[in-house]
Amino acid sequence: MGKAELPLHAPGTKTGRGYIGQSTPRANAKRLLQGRGTFVDDLRLPRIAHAVFFRSPHAHARIGKLDFSTALKAPGVIGVFDGHAVAEYCKPWVGVLGHLKGIKSPPQHAVAIGRACWQGEAVAAVVAETRAQAEDAADLIEAEWHELPVVTDMQAALEGKVVIHPELGDNICFQRQFVTEGFDEAFANADVVVEETYDFGRHTGVCTEGRAILADYNAAEHTLTVHHATQAPHMMQDIFSRHLDIPESNVRVICRDIGGSFGIKVHVYPDEMATAALSVMLRRPVKFVADRLESFLTDIHAREHRVTVRLACTRDGDIIAFDLDDLTAIGPYSVYPRTSGIEGNQVVNLTGGPYRHKQYRANMRAVFTNKNVTCQYRAVGHPIAVALTEGVVDIAARKLGMDPAEFRRRNLIADDAYPYTFPSGIKFEKLSHHQCLDKLLALMDYERLRAEQAALREKGIHRGLGLAAMIEVTNPSPAFYGVGGARISAQDGATLRLDPAGMVNVLCSVTEQGQGTEGIFAQIAASVVGVSVERVRVTTGDTGVTPYGGGTWASRGAGTGGEAVLQAGKILRSNILDVAAAMLNEDKAKLDIVNNEVVDKLTGAAKATLAEIGRVAYFRPDTLPMRFQSELTVTRHYTPREYGFTFTNGIQASWVEVDVETGFVKLLKHWCVEDCGTIINPMLVDEQIRGGVVQGIGAALFEECLYGEDGQLQNGNLADYLVPMAGEMPDIVVGHVETPTLGSELGAKGAGEAGTAGASGAVMNAINDALAPLGAQVTAMPFTPQRILEALGKA
Amino acid sequence: MDHALDTTMILNGAPVSRRIPARQHLIDFLRDEMGLTGSHLGCEHGVCGTCTVRVDGQIVRGCLTLAVQANGKRVDTIEGMSDSGELAVLQQAFHARNALQCGFCTPGMLMAAQDLIGQKRKLSREEIRAHLSGNYCRCTGYQSIVDAIEEVLQTDVPHGQG
Repeated sequence: MGKAELPLHAPGTKTGRGYIGQSTPRANAKRLLQGRGTFVDDLRLPRIAHAVFFRSPHAHARIGKLDFSTALKAPGVIGVFDGHAVAEYCKPWVGVLGHLKGIKSPPQHAVAIGRACWQGEAVAAVVAETRAQAEDAADLIEAEWHELPVVTDMQAALEGKVVIHPELGDNICFQRQFVTEGFDEAFANADVVVEETYDFGRHTGVCTEGRAILADYNAAEHTLTVHHATQAPHMMQDIFSRHLDIPESNVRVICRDIGGSFGIKVHVYPDEMATAALSVMLRRPVKFVADRLESFLTDIHAREHRVTVRLACTRDGDIIAFDLDDLTAIGPYSVYPRTSGIEGNQVVNLTGGPYRHKQYRANMRAVFTNKNVTCQYRAVGHPIAVALTEGVVDIAARKLGMDPAEFRRRNLIADDAYPYTFPSGIKFEKLSHHQCLDKLLALMDYERLRAEQAALREKGIHRGLGLAAMIEVTNPSPAFYGVGGARISAQDGATLRLDPAGMVNVLCSVTEQGQGTEGIFAQIAASVVGVSVERVRVTTGDTGVTPYGGGTWASRGAGTGGEAVLQAGKILRSNILDVAAAMLNEDKAKLDIVNNEVVDKLTGAAKATLAEIGRVAYFRPDTLPMRFQSELTVTRHYTPREYGFTFTNGIQASWVEVDVETGFVKLLKHWCVEDCGTIINPMLVDEQIRGGVVQGIGAALFEECLYGEDGQLQNGNLADYLVPMAGEMPDIVVGHVETPTLGSELGAKGAGEAGTAGASGAVMNAINDALAPLGAQVTAMPFTPQRILEALGKA
Repeated sequence: MDHALDTTMILNGAPVSRRIPARQHLIDFLRDEMGLTGSHLGCEHGVCGTCTVRVDGQIVRGCLTLAVQANGKRVDTIEGMSDSGELAVLQQAFHARNALQCGFCTPGMLMAAQDLIGQKRKLSREEIRAHLSGNYCRCTGYQSIVDAIEEVLQTDVPHGQG
């Protein structure tokens, strides 16, 4: 494992790993439990004004005359602005990346100019002294609309009879074709070919806290301070700077508590950019918080893919090839700056991911439609790639009469085959599919469940067991965004400082949205320096304070930020020992830091507390040798570079009961065994997995943004859009295999998205396992009672 | 639009008198007028439970209750119930099990949980889950929340009861 060299001496631990591997409760949860967190909407500033947006009621329409005269006279109104007015302060953007060959998208403005391209697009901004006044005034705006033809169907978009952006020539935003040499021959010679088409519904993040921004422009200094619910404060600093024309160093982005993000809060949103521009225009703080109805209309959506997949194998059950055809609809614009091409691209990269076939062909097209934009949401592309792969794998196993677990065992990449290059070109450092499969089958008692299933079937009870093996992209290198020209950092930094009283202060560029990054950074820092975890304070989410870095996305917090904390901690520890050696006039090599004290390495005898070191270093350096200068603040950075991504792997299982009369699915239990490398805090990892699994279950059973042919969102509220609630969710058993990455000393790979990546596929396979004896199957998520009854011929 | 009523309530144990616009919701009054930002706004249409507060001992949706409806009543929020120590056992159980991630739903979730604890009876996990069905959490998947409540119920309910 290569991790033995770490000087981890946390108090009370004897493993040599300090707090690494301990389920330490995270300190920052305490304020949240008392309602004493600070979310953006909790902030109060002098002269604060509130922005509300007047949004297009049409999916596609030319904007005629906008009459603000009545709205401007409403009580408390400070100003009403159209797209032209806002554009004078905020430059438009184009959501393309250089390495996604051929991707195209038109310029997008903060507030629409001339035309609205989806229902909910902001076409005017109202600013008032209170939110209620701004909402009242927005109702008084008179708008003249000229409706345009609407494109909502993906296939129609592809055919392009109506082109949404005529200047682009067609509705294709991005496409990618891929084929390995020998693919056609492999398919021609296969004994068995199976094929299925899957539909993945559009859904969205539904963070409990709506998107929120409070922009505070100081005209005297030409500085902009933005309190922002974002995952990537440095990325946003760069974007505010370039689009509002304010020097980068004059922009400060601060993220206090954030009410969930899941990828929703890592993108540039027009209404948020407009809010920042309004603050500059009005020279005062302006706040915008998306309400729930606006969130459904404007938070990025995700998925909406129609995929046909074919699998070729031998009659003995060896998979030879996969063939993928993916069509996805992304709305009228590619989202800035990460683009809306990434999800489809990931489906191409990841399809067939866990298996050892050599041949692969893929065809993917992302098309523009007049619905809300889609972009990267938790587990980007993975739930689709995993579900379609695992779905067709089950179909093949069924056709061959093989047990699905055995069929997987036969085809999963061997645990000793690494490093391994996958047919799509991606490289795996070290995965553990077989260990995970074995552990899962033991954990769930697979044979017993199969026996139970067979016994219950005789009584007319239809239970199903579904498996889904998966790989997950984590810790992206600069090859993910940076090489494409995006100013998105793949490196992160951490600063550690020993304070005079012997506490360790940590500043890190990775942010916290509740996943527990601050908690694990405290555990790492405490372990590496040699202090108790209570003596560590962590600050994240402030571009004015922390080192520069990418923030939180792609399950990179532990692997990238954690390694930076570890490296800074090693140097701080060494520097503390330098002070101790100088102070005590002893050989540094004979000293160690254990339990908040400098001790004699051999005898363990206490030499000085860290508080004493701090006192001398900061207040009595005159007592140290003349040329000695203490350095008790240390910054280190880390960039994953050896591989394009650090991959994790795992496998999930779902156990369901289908009521064939009503079409309802009861989730009985769910299992996930995954390998996130070094586990820093098992409890936090388990909770990441569980939360992720439930999001995947939501996609499988409940969640869909339903649009009419006219491009109207028909269920854009929490009463009609179903999310998983406590009553329907099963208990989730989580197991681990630990294969640390050798790319870093910490060895953490990341755990944020694995649950979501595999859960929908496992649930789908479980339902189809239950339905198989009845000759039915479902292929369109979410699997509503209606769709299940249709499959059974009962609807 | 200028309908306002003189309103007096006992807010977290102390009397508060204000002239409140009739259309103002209780959650907006608590957050915007009283600075009690611990209760959050999640959906503003009564589904998510994030704004749950207690009025005269009953949990209510702060977004479906008008502030003037609290006239003459006792209103308790997360801030008051934390300071009084009423929620301490639950908060400790939530902390130990990481039964929260982003913490946005947590004050409302604790209100619903405390409502259950106050009923002083033994409950199955299914019953606990059913009681929480009006509180949406996107982060946890609910299991750790159910675990925490179950633990508190087991320690809180005297032996032989329920």
